[in-house]
Amino acid sequence: MSEPSHPSSDWRRFIAISALLVIGLAAAPLWADRAGLRLLGEMYSLLTLALLWNLLAGYAGLLSVGQQAFVGIGGYTLFSATIFLGVSPYVAILLGIVLAALAAALFAPLLFRLEGAYFAIGSWVAAETIYLVFTMIPQLGGGAGMSLPAAVVRGIAEDRSTREFIIYWLLLAAGTGTLFGAYALLRSKVGLALTALRDNPTAAASLGIDIWRAKFWTYVGVAAAVSAVSSLIFLQKLRISPASGFSLNDWTVTIIFIVVIGGIGRLEGAIVGTAVYFLLREFLANLGPVYMIVLGTIAIITMIFARRGIWGFLEARFGWSLLPTTRLPPHEDKI
Amino acid sequence: MSSDEIALEVVGLCKAYGALSVTKDVSLTVRAGEAIGIIGPNGAGKTTLFNLFTGIIRADAGRISFFGQDITTASARSRCHMGITRSFQVPQPFGGMTVFENTLVAAAFGQKLSQREARAPAAEALQRTGLWPKAQLRAGEITLLDRKRLELARSIATAPRLLLLDEIAGGLTESECQELVALIRKIHSEGTTIIWIEHVLHALLSIVDRVIVLDFGQKIAEGDPATIMKSPEVSSIYLGLEAESAHG
Ligand SMILES: Nc1ncnc2c1ncn2[C@@H]1O[C@H](COP(=O)(O)OP(=O)(O)OP(=O)(O)O)[C@@H](O)[C@H]1O
Ligand SMILES: [Mg+2]
Repeated sequence: MSEPSHPSSDWRRFIAISALLVIGLAAAPLWADRAGLRLLGEMYSLLTLALLWNLLAGYAGLLSVGQQAFVGIGGYTLFSATIFLGVSPYVAILLGIVLAALAAALFAPLLFRLEGAYFAIGSWVAAETIYLVFTMIPQLGGGAGMSLPAAVVRGIAEDRSTREFIIYWLLLAAGTGTLFGAYALLRSKVGLALTALRDNPTAAASLGIDIWRAKFWTYVGVAAAVSAVSSLIFLQKLRISPASGFSLNDWTVTIIFIVVIGGIGRLEGAIVGTAVYFLLREFLANLGPVYMIVLGTIAIITMIFARRGIWGFLEARFGWSLLPTTRLPPHEDKI
Repeated sequence: MSSDEIALEVVGLCKAYGALSVTKDVSLTVRAGEAIGIIGPNGAGKTTLFNLFTGIIRADAGRISFFGQDITTASARSRCHMGITRSFQVPQPFGGMTVFENTLVAAAFGQKLSQREARAPAAEALQRTGLWPKAQLRAGEITLLDRKRLELARSIATAPRLLLLDEIAGGLTESECQELVALIRKIHSEGTTIIWIEHVLHALLSIVDRVIVLDFGQKIAEGDPATIMKSPEVSSIYLGLEAESAHG
């Protein structure tokens, strides 16, 4: 068990190390080439989605298999608002956040009637329905999708590399913002409720926790954040189609893989899982379709032998904790 | 100890699981400040009654009111906020959280306090139940006996008006049992109304003002402890219980 003896000095060290890391990553345009920046940006976006899915499934008990719905909504709002309303990409991102939150708020009362596996299936069906609706709108290019006009892209910055730097920084901000935001959330009273919910929903309700409300705001908040990071992803890709925007594989299966092998119900799990995923992908990419089979096998083995994932294993074995949320009891003389 | 004010009033409560009727037309009245014992053989429907009182399950028929307010359809959460808390017979800890965090949840959400404000009552509940030395252990890793203590500690931390205790004395040594009885007596003397389901009869009878006997989901007897334990309806069950508590 971790027992930081000087929480304040621990804090200072934690903040110093995090600040150095973030500054180092923010300076990546100085030390990384174009491909390197893209890879890092992709890592941040998957890390963000993994952190968010972990909040949903690992804490609020919402095993969603339909997060691609909010990725699609975020991406399509960016394209259609900039093209049809003529607003700047930044305004379009905000619009996407609002729309995804609204969609989640509408889904929630229906989906929350379903428990466990039924919720998972329900969330997937809802996402498929939205996907089909988007394929049928001719203005959005139907199944072929649409491209972001050059004029809109130039709204970010005139030249290509500045644009890429800005998108990189926005993705870095999304990743670090989500990581520290989720950390702050879990240390707050809401986080206390979510952690209790994670461990025992029956006891949580009996002790006065409003489970429905905790789940609702987690679901809506996560949808909004997913939409925001999705807008950034498609701002970089410059093209969207229903198949790419609402991809079950890219936006949910991959993310579940990351969280499961890293460690569900732990913030650190998403970080470790993302790192492992990218390592595997670099080494196994030339295997072709076999690559997916290898990933699936690894996930199944992890679920059988280390149910809390790699980080859960390390935490239990060595008492490690990178982002501790444990509340220490008061000193005896202070009670 | 008890006043004329009525804490809990239950009328015609019924609950069935499919064809199995586990609560049959149960009515009872508990005055504020009273301590009531519930006894009965295994499967008599005692825990089910607590599930109905706390809103974990809904009654098929009947009415429950708490300090004059109808709570028949109220949620488990709002009943907790009104002041009804129970310990679970099968402990339900937040296994990944520490023992201290378990009582912190109870104090923060049961009493609607901020995390900072909840620290003191959370720590106090651990001290009163003897769990303070284990405050920093994960609740999933403590012994079954400690988990039962944690049930009591969490209940206390919500500052309940009505405390429902479900078999918390089983498995304790004689001195531990005496400590537990002393603690419950203290909580009772502070004005908390108590309903206690217990197979360890000598512990139960040293506290309660009144005993209710359940069998096959029905209330078969009710009265002051001395009379009830001598009544013919109870003696068969009573003998069974004593034999059992001697084993535990
Ligand atoms: N969810 C459920 N579904 C079906 N039957 C149930 C359920 N919960 C309880 N029962 C049944 O209801 C009956 C009463 O159970 P209950 O737990 O209330 O008994 P009890 O008096 O608390 O027994 P014990 O002394 O063993 O704790 C039992 O026959 C039990 O099997
Ligand atoms: Mg029982």
